[in-house]
Amino acid sequence: MNSAEATRQSKNAGAFQLLYKYGTILTILLLIVFFGTMTDNFLNYTNIINILRSISIVTIIAIGLTVSLAVGGFDLSVGSTASIANALVISMFVWHGQNIGVGLVVTLLFCLVVGLVNAFLVINFKIQDMLMTLATMFVFQGIALTYTRGATVSENMILPSGEFATGQIPDSFGALGKAPWIIIIMLVVVLLVHIFLTYTKHGRYMYMIGGNPEAAKLSGIAVNKYRLLAYLISALFAGIGGIILGSRVMTAEVNAGGPYLMDAVAAAFIGFSVLGAGKPNAFGTFVGAVLIGILSNGLIMMSVPYYAMDIVKGSVLALALAITYFRSRR
Amino acid sequence: MDEGALSCLERKVRLLADKNRSLLTMKGISIAFPGVQALTEVDFHTESGRAHALIGANGAGKSTLMKVLSGAYSHYTGEIWIDGEPAHIRSPKDAKAYGIQIVYQEVDTALIPNLSVGENIMLEQTVHGMNGKHFVHWRSLHQSAQAVLDRLRVNVPTKKLVQDLTLAEKQMVLIARSVTMDCRFLVLDEPTAPLSQSETEALFALVRLLKSEGVGIIFISHRLPELYEICDDITIMRDGRLVIREEIAKLEQHEVVEHMLGSKLDGQFPRRESKIGETGFEAKDMYDNGKVNGVSLTVRKGEIVGLAGLVGAGKTELCRALFGASESAKGELILNGVKLRTKDPHRAVQNGLALVPEERRREGIFVEESVVVNMTASSLSKFAGLGAWLNRKREKQAADGIIRDLGVKTPNGQAKVRNLSGGNQQKIAIGKWLLADADVYIFDEPTKGVDVGAKRDIYNLIAELASRGKCILYASSEISEIMGITDRVYVMYDGKIMKELETARTNEEEIMLYSTGGLIR
Repeated sequence: MNSAEATRQSKNAGAFQLLYKYGTILTILLLIVFFGTMTDNFLNYTNIINILRSISIVTIIAIGLTVSLAVGGFDLSVGSTASIANALVISMFVWHGQNIGVGLVVTLLFCLVVGLVNAFLVINFKIQDMLMTLATMFVFQGIALTYTRGATVSENMILPSGEFATGQIPDSFGALGKAPWIIIIMLVVVLLVHIFLTYTKHGRYMYMIGGNPEAAKLSGIAVNKYRLLAYLISALFAGIGGIILGSRVMTAEVNAGGPYLMDAVAAAFIGFSVLGAGKPNAFGTFVGAVLIGILSNGLIMMSVPYYAMDIVKGSVLALALAITYFRSRR
Repeated sequence: MDEGALSCLERKVRLLADKNRSLLTMKGISIAFPGVQALTEVDFHTESGRAHALIGANGAGKSTLMKVLSGAYSHYTGEIWIDGEPAHIRSPKDAKAYGIQIVYQEVDTALIPNLSVGENIMLEQTVHGMNGKHFVHWRSLHQSAQAVLDRLRVNVPTKKLVQDLTLAEKQMVLIARSVTMDCRFLVLDEPTAPLSQSETEALFALVRLLKSEGVGIIFISHRLPELYEICDDITIMRDGRLVIREEIAKLEQHEVVEHMLGSKLDGQFPRRESKIGETGFEAKDMYDNGKVNGVSLTVRKGEIVGLAGLVGAGKTELCRALFGASESAKGELILNGVKLRTKDPHRAVQNGLALVPEERRREGIFVEESVVVNMTASSLSKFAGLGAWLNRKREKQAADGIIRDLGVKTPNGQAKVRNLSGGNQQKIAIGKWLLADADVYIFDEPTKGVDVGAKRDIYNLIAELASRGKCILYASSEISEIMGITDRVYVMYDGKIMKELETARTNEEEIMLYSTGGLIR
């Protein structure tokens, strides 16, 4: 290789690095300019709040997924866990007439049990995380369906006994799903997990396990303890996502959390490259969710039909994966 | 395709009937890899119907020579002659066309685990001998495979899946595959290393059978006694050169060992005054799954204890077992008189044990992380304040200290370890344990793949640790290292400790003799 060629190659590599680091943020800015000029209402205060509100549930679920990715795992059951939380929290109010405190605590505790089951199966049977949680995804989805007997849970619903449900959903619960609280909760979750992963010993250990599990084990890190912790956190945030979903729509639809899985996966993987982190990270995941949110919102405002939206989201995910894996091969 | 196999057999039978002795000669073979001259002007000669032992210490070039013969490399210089005619061997296909077959030590790389024994034996015919046919005739495939197994007197069902076989059976399947093709010379690369006594005898019976059929066997092994049992001739190599070729009956075991070692003395080891204290670390009756068979050892404070033995003797497995990194390991560990319950490395580290593993990139370092993150990996709690909050400034200071002490060549502490050289990566793998301040340091081949300058730094560092009263266990298959740095040495063979020696009162020949299982059985 002569020197001119070498210079050109290193220039190319430099350009790629730059694009890799700032590409996602640049794309978001370009999209904002594009949609801002193409439509009248895109840059309205109301619409911006609208976008943030629409991405908050995806972000919270994706943040949990990010933690499971950080230890080299992959929790595919987050969507189903959100469905369980959604059904459980609404039913606690509508069927059992509980107050908000009991409703939230019971739901989150049950989600921790879900995380425990995932961790137990993945750690003890040494099965690939993605395959094991694919199986538990179906199980948890089935549990949610069975629990609600395949019906939508809402105020004044007709119970199997033929009577009307008498429980009321507390107003304070409904407030969680409205701006500004829903946005504040999202930002707090992002910030907390960012601090946890970046500035604490535990986060450092998680990244090490994700980077090289054998070296982590031989360095004296309690690998299985941290994998368990990661799955608990993942299920906990999926549960919070499901609760917020419930407070936003005030009902528990059949498999309401399911569709959030793919958006969360996309957000987390887009986040790998943000600012050149090269690994799952909370801030990147948030940026990924913003990108998806802006795309959906803008395209809808430009009258692209909702049923075509998955094509766009899927393409963005494919692009993000291509960039991440192209880089890791180099 | 069964016809193809049969015609091969017929040809071999004819070959025998002619009493045609095949001659194989390699002349002036040299080959270099980046940074290493692996072979220098090596001559090798053998003939059909004889078993030829090829022996040398680790890195002598035995396997490389046989890879040249079997066509694994194309960039060597020198000539290969078969039956007095020059043979052009530059690819595995060329080698097979001349009837040269090789069974590598890693049998699993050549077998397809989820196919049956029959399919694996007849693999060559199924891949190359189909002549445009698209359907496999299952009955004739299994019949042909069975015929080969019967001829070799090997008792393995042809419909069994290869993944369910023992290692010895897998070797048999590979040998059976070799003889379905034209097989005039069969290279067996350390075939007995993983085998039990009875499996070895079965293999030898097979080797004798093939020999009587006129196949020339080239047998690579570290085990002297079995070479004497089965081989007719011997070629000894050292440092990529031929040392001697002789009829094996004319050489004594100790002469073989002397030829393997030659005389080389390195002045790169630190001079040290050992201040040896009381017993610090003790292991009793360690066992691990056939790889470690009842090892007991002690290490005193300030003492460097060597663990000698050739590759595959069980040193790595023992090191891992001592560190609690093997779930199947059994045995008793005592540190400073207190019995340890180490069943996992996490607790081992808390107890003050440290292991620098052999496979650095896979087991020792985090290539995608920075130098600082790697350095503090085993001592992170020291740098975490209230609520596990990391103090990055103190982390950086500590890492910079180690970078200075060990002379790690890195632009700064934030550089990714991926971009550093092997020697510097190894210094980091060791450096993280200096921060952890352990009591017992276990080193497994710490200078493997490390340049000379870094080697000297590592020796100095280990000597320094000993002078601070640490217990040091140093596993290496380089006998010169063991001689250069240790106070006392355990020699391992077959997962057992064959002999305990005072380094000052032994020599390389004695250690090599015990490493190769000499003078026993």
